Amino acid sequence: MKNTIRQIFHSPKFLAGFSILAAMLLVLFIYPLFVTGNPLQMIGLSSFSKPGTYVSVYDAINTTPDIMKLPHADEKRLAAKLSDDDRIAMKEWLVAAGIPEADIDITDTDALLELWSDNYDPSAKPAGMTMAKRNYYKRLNANLEAALKGTEVVVSEEDPETGELNQIKFVKDTDYVNTKDVVNVINLPLGTDNFGRDVLKELVSATKTSIMIGLIAGTIATLIGLTTGLLAGYLGGWLDDLILFITNLFTVIPGFIMLILISYGIGQDKRGATTVAIVIGLTSWTWTTRSVRSQVISLRNRDHVNLSKLSGHSLARIIATDILPYIASYVVMAFILQISTAILAEAQLSMIGLGPKTSEVPTLGLMMNWAMLYSAHTHGYWWAYFPVLMVIALISFSLNLMNTGLDQVFNPTLRD
Amino acid sequence: MGKTILEVKDLTTKYITRFREDVYAVDHVSLSIEEGKSLGIAGESGCGKSTLALSLMGYYFPPLHYTSGDIIIDGRNISKMDPDDIRKNILGTEIAYIPQAAMNALNPTQKIIRFIEDVIHAHDPKMPKKDIHDLARKRFEELGLPSSVLDKHAVELSGGMKQRTVIAISTILSPKVLIADEPSSALDVTSQKMVIKMLRNLMEKGYIKSMIFITHELPLLYNVTDDIMVMYAGQIVEKGTAKEMVFNPTHPYSKGLMGSIIVPEEGTRDVKLAAIPGTPPNLKKPPSGCRFADRCKYATKECRLTSVDLKEFGEGRSYRCIIDIEKLREEYANE
Amino acid sequence: MSNSKPLCLSGKGVTKVFGFGSKRTVAVDHVDFEFHEGEFVSIVGESGSGKTTLSKMLLGLINVTDGQIFFQDKPLDISTRKKKKEYWKDIQAIFQDPFSSYNVFSKVDTVLLDCIHMRGGKHLPMEKKIEMMTEACSFVNLKFAELTNKYPFELSGGQMQRLMIARIFLLKPKILLADEPTSMIDACSRATILDMLMNLRNEIGMTIIFITHDIGLAYYISDTVYIMEHGKFVEYGSADEVILNPKAEYTKRLISDVPKIYEEWDLSTV
Repeated sequence: MKNTIRQIFHSPKFLAGFSILAAMLLVLFIYPLFVTGNPLQMIGLSSFSKPGTYVSVYDAINTTPDIMKLPHADEKRLAAKLSDDDRIAMKEWLVAAGIPEADIDITDTDALLELWSDNYDPSAKPAGMTMAKRNYYKRLNANLEAALKGTEVVVSEEDPETGELNQIKFVKDTDYVNTKDVVNVINLPLGTDNFGRDVLKELVSATKTSIMIGLIAGTIATLIGLTTGLLAGYLGGWLDDLILFITNLFTVIPGFIMLILISYGIGQDKRGATTVAIVIGLTSWTWTTRSVRSQVISLRNRDHVNLSKLSGHSLARIIATDILPYIASYVVMAFILQISTAILAEAQLSMIGLGPKTSEVPTLGLMMNWAMLYSAHTHGYWWAYFPVLMVIALISFSLNLMNTGLDQVFNPTLRD
Repeated sequence: MGKTILEVKDLTTKYITRFREDVYAVDHVSLSIEEGKSLGIAGESGCGKSTLALSLMGYYFPPLHYTSGDIIIDGRNISKMDPDDIRKNILGTEIAYIPQAAMNALNPTQKIIRFIEDVIHAHDPKMPKKDIHDLARKRFEELGLPSSVLDKHAVELSGGMKQRTVIAISTILSPKVLIADEPSSALDVTSQKMVIKMLRNLMEKGYIKSMIFITHELPLLYNVTDDIMVMYAGQIVEKGTAKEMVFNPTHPYSKGLMGSIIVPEEGTRDVKLAAIPGTPPNLKKPPSGCRFADRCKYATKECRLTSVDLKEFGEGRSYRCIIDIEKLREEYANE
Repeated sequence: MSNSKPLCLSGKGVTKVFGFGSKRTVAVDHVDFEFHEGEFVSIVGESGSGKTTLSKMLLGLINVTDGQIFFQDKPLDISTRKKKKEYWKDIQAIFQDPFSSYNVFSKVDTVLLDCIHMRGGKHLPMEKKIEMMTEACSFVNLKFAELTNKYPFELSGGQMQRLMIARIFLLKPKILLADEPTSMIDACSRATILDMLMNLRNEIGMTIIFITHDIGLAYYISDTVYIMEHGKFVEYGSADEVILNPKAEYTKRLISDVPKIYEEWDLSTV
């Protein structure tokens, strides 16, 4: 036994799968310790905020600034102001003004501005240029000049009685505030979803729920499969026929359709995560039953079982000591596979809107469902669905990797 | 004296285990077989018989590795040949090998004739199918197998019939040497006799020039082969003619093996069987002296310290023991 | 056949049929037999002759289709689990394949301790148990001290089969059914196993039913030989009588098919 466990942990595949899963579980338990609160709380009033750190503008203005003169501050501001279209338009003007095209580098903001200030003449009327176009250049020039001048921004307060604006503060281009001094800052590594909820917090909670669903469904399926398989295989007779009949019935009807029908029958209000898990477990035990049964049938006629019978051992003892240990490795592998299929089944169910009810806990499938309903994929809000996909893929990848590793340890013919 | 077909000189091969321990399962084995002769190899399980059979083909796959020595078939040294070359030009035409559970080697989805086509086409891709069928039919009839077998699937045949079919297929190219590793151990006595008869037939008709027969059943070797070689712990401990080896064994191990023969003939019940106690040594760490010393009742302190080479005596006979022949004979006579 | 010893196991018209209709096969066909106490009986037949089916019926692992088996002159009743358990106290078996005869998850000491416990030795002090196990092991030339903490599959085939005999030595049943115990073992370990079976019979006085396809073994070891062909006994009698003067054609063929040493082996008969 000890030897087997050592062998299992020497299998690189199992080890890789196990470390991925363990790392994921670790994150699931540590993250909520630092970031508390309800994962379904809607913090944003706008939907699909981009990933990043959000600083309250109001609080930033009210924070005492430090004065800093950073070397490329203006340039960066200008660069941020000058869109690519503006740069191309500037180049067009300059070419029209007689500058050789080769000398203009629109990526070099400094050189471009210098050329511009030297050559732009608002009164000039290059041939073939419309009035609207000339006005566009005038606006562009005014903008640029304002940016270059570095004037202060006036913050004023409206007097509620007179409606007068009282200047209360100037914000200069050299004013900087420390984000630590700003009272309200929120870090959203994965942005928010359509309801304005923190995606990362939601994802952690959803992963936890989905793994729990997998465990419950896997345990139920494996227990049912193991019990029915053992009874059918070892006792045989009419019990075997009956169990085999029910199993065949379940196998013939596609499991997913059954899942849909049952989930639909339960109704939206009564479908909690646990209910869905139980339903998944109750529909996916057939393969375990079939394979346990066939293994037990071949074990039942082995000599060590016959000897155990001759020794007068009870049925329970023969099953526990002479049958179960032989199929234990197989059952463990089936269990791991059941977990991974159950997680996927939940995701599928939720995608078509038959998953757990939406008001209690998020699940991976529900998150995918929301992202799809609010067209996150067509608008390029990748943060709402891509991380969820990655987590689903990672879970089933790690579980399947563990399974393959175990298979190689228990099945010597696959060993290299 | 006939022409030497197979000559093996100081062949050593080893298994490299998962933990990088070398196991020398064939340790400096030399043997030679003349045309028309057969050699039997006897010994317990784990003494290196089957490994020797695999090594003789010159076709090694991990964990078995070639270490040193020469294998010369009909004047051609194959021990250092390229594996691909051996597969194409040696296996099947020069050497054929029948493994222990050969009858389970037939793919159940194909008819027997397809295997024969495959074997022949591997060496002569241009031979027309009709010729192959004629050849197969003729060969099967000559070997006493009904030619209807050719159109059957493996599952339709009984165990003994399958085994004989496999032998017929593997000798279809008339190899010079046939290596049969326990070809009859899993069979009933009657099927076993048929297999033996067929092997003899192959030799008499000249389809194979020589044969190596491996088994732990000595009565079988006595009836099939001309010479017997006894192996123990990867080494040859004694060789000689079949009759000499059975009725006049020299090495204590051979003596022990002969003591375990049980046949349904008068006299068997009166003799107390002399079994050899203990088990063969672990070849990861072979004993420094004589490898049989721990199980030998004549062993002295000297036996455990010095290893002995094969000593020749009489015509074609040799044994590996430190004790003199006369002394051993005396000991046996006193029992 | 005369034998002064009381009957141990006997059968009248014992039949086993498998399947129905077109798949109906009669594996054992109305056989009668009488095994006496302390007798060493061999049942010889080729594969498919029904000898293993007969052995399973004698062991009570499968039911008899027709006929009656008598145990110590009383009809054998194994209709309930309780009665079966009662019968199984008196009969034990050694099977052909030592590698599948052991539970690979229990160690050698567990195997032997289990036997002591089954014979009511559960409350004995540990020293006494170890003494009993050591005795059983030395009976089959194994060293108990070297075997503790080892798994049966770490032993060689011969050693595993000897451990099986050590089990029987501890269990001391009235009947031992040995189903081809030597067919998967080297010729040189075979003699050891046979000798140990003989010792079991001589020391404990149990009836041994030895099932084999090798008529040579049957001749070497047994008092009485039953030859079985297609589910029927074609010949039976004392070993010398049957093997040295065979009457049935089938027996003659079986004998002629075994390779010989002291006589010419006639290959022309097949």
